[in-house]
Amino acid sequence: MEPKSWIRARARISPYEIVFWIAAAVIPFVFFEHYLSLAASVAVAALFCISLDLILGYAGIISLGHAAFFGIGAYTAGILSARGWGEPISGLALAAAVSALAGYIVSFMIVRVQHLALLMITLGLSFLMTELAITFDQFTGGSDGLQGIDTWKLLGIWKFSLWGHTAYAYAISVLFILFLLARRIVHSPFGLTLEAIRENPVRTTALGAPNRGHLQKIFVISAAFAGVAGALLAQVSETVSPEALGFQRSAEIAVMLILGGTGRLYGAILGAIIFMVARDQISGFYLQYWYFWIGLILIFVVLFMPRGILGGLERLARIGRRS
Amino acid sequence: MSTLIAVLFDGLSYGMLLFLLSVGLSVTLGLMNFTNLAHGAFAMLGGYVTYALVELAGWPFLATLPFAFIVTAIIAAGFEVVLFRRIYKSGELNQVLLTIGVVFASYAVAAFFFGTVHHSVELPGYLKGFVEIGALKLPSYRIFLVVVALLITTVLVGVLEYTRFGAMVRAAVDNGKVASGLGLNISVIFALTFALGSGLAGLGGALAINILFIDPNFGFHVLVPVLIVVSIGGLGSIWGSFVAAAALGIFDVVGKFLFPEVGAFLIYLFMVVILFFRPNGLFARR
Repeated sequence: MEPKSWIRARARISPYEIVFWIAAAVIPFVFFEHYLSLAASVAVAALFCISLDLILGYAGIISLGHAAFFGIGAYTAGILSARGWGEPISGLALAAAVSALAGYIVSFMIVRVQHLALLMITLGLSFLMTELAITFDQFTGGSDGLQGIDTWKLLGIWKFSLWGHTAYAYAISVLFILFLLARRIVHSPFGLTLEAIRENPVRTTALGAPNRGHLQKIFVISAAFAGVAGALLAQVSETVSPEALGFQRSAEIAVMLILGGTGRLYGAILGAIIFMVARDQISGFYLQYWYFWIGLILIFVVLFMPRGILGGLERLARIGRRS
Repeated sequence: MSTLIAVLFDGLSYGMLLFLLSVGLSVTLGLMNFTNLAHGAFAMLGGYVTYALVELAGWPFLATLPFAFIVTAIIAAGFEVVLFRRIYKSGELNQVLLTIGVVFASYAVAAFFFGTVHHSVELPGYLKGFVEIGALKLPSYRIFLVVVALLITTVLVGVLEYTRFGAMVRAAVDNGKVASGLGLNISVIFALTFALGSGLAGLGGALAINILFIDPNFGFHVLVPVLIVVSIGGLGSIWGSFVAAAALGIFDVVGKFLFPEVGAFLIYLFMVVILFFRPNGLFARR
């Protein structure tokens, strides 16, 4: 097959995808009207998860501190709104820009280290950001969190209410648009090169691919995605606290991604849905049981389902088709 | 002057506590190259062993310390055989996820048995008071910590550098294939080494409960400082961890004393900068 048509065939939109997105847009409004704010936070988590998938799943950069960019986006949109400009879409744009800038600065460090040093630097940066957010309390509200965020009407028409109709519509639209962008990126020759770098960086160098430049690019894109996710959360929930930057959030998002399946965008979305809904249902009773099950699921997934739920399903489907 | 020395000593003894908590990690992560985030969970296990023996069974504190080591080592060896052994070769991400899964589960198990409250133990009289040297009043328990830390460093460096077992460990870690070709049983050596590292974690946890207290979050709380110590100190270097822990402890306490707002911030900043220029840490073996 000719390379161009091969790439096009890979990127073809399947009917399942169309069904999925229609369902995602309709089902919460029709069947789960009381859970619309949960649905909005699922959409935020899915977007953040996609952001992590871009670097971890596709490019193979392991980060334990990706929440740093999520938090930067959240604080950017939050502070902007608290200082009197609550227009949501321009808030998202500014958050994306600030997070991308931070990602650009950090990317120079990320591409130069590996293994434990990479883990510790990403972890350290997220703790660093948390400390900064606590220290500069005249901007961030310190450890109590940022107060006084007021998100204006979406497009000047729809008010953000307690019920979350606007919030979910807004979050799912942003998720959909950025999903299309991510889909375009991972199916492009650039995206394929990233996967090649993940699999064999020495060979891609020999083939003339600029490894570091590519990795920096995807890191900046991923940081911007994370920033938008954080800004969405800030605008919808109208609050930001330092834990938006913290290790716990980075760990949770990694769990979602692993659960759904790395290196596949729908894995990120599926993981976010399962994790967030399960936590909402289980942790209501006892927090410690929830932790117990997360622990067991992580161990199980690593040992028996290295490609996550979606990867496992794909394998089953392939076996089914063969027999 | 004596205040300065007291603060410095406070920092040093806190550093020694960090060292006791992290020396085992410098064996499992540093020597064996296994990204073992479950280290803090094993430390917590040792802490709870000591807590249970002292407070529930009425043993003297010192007598429980060997048990904190042994019980943790045996349980850790079980984990190594059943779980960790399978992922030595499968990359950091899987190691991170599986071991953090163990920490999550350990939180739940600890909360189930001991509740979510803080626990501490009653110390024997000779470890409780102060030792007076001239105008200086130093807490005896902290002097005890410094002595134990020095003792463990000496013994561990001795074992790893000068005994047959130490040579076998280093051979197995450096080149497993050749070592097993020479007749060494690699999987037994790895299990023993892992048990040693985790047993030390258990001992560290037992020694820590009077200063840090113990609760189900212990495994998460100590994780970041011990990772900082081992990664800065240098992979596989016991002395590196010792120096890094002492420096970190002094820096932390003195930093909080002098600039209370920015103390923690500076530690993370230093770590990031050091690891950027020396990705294997300051005193790396390799």
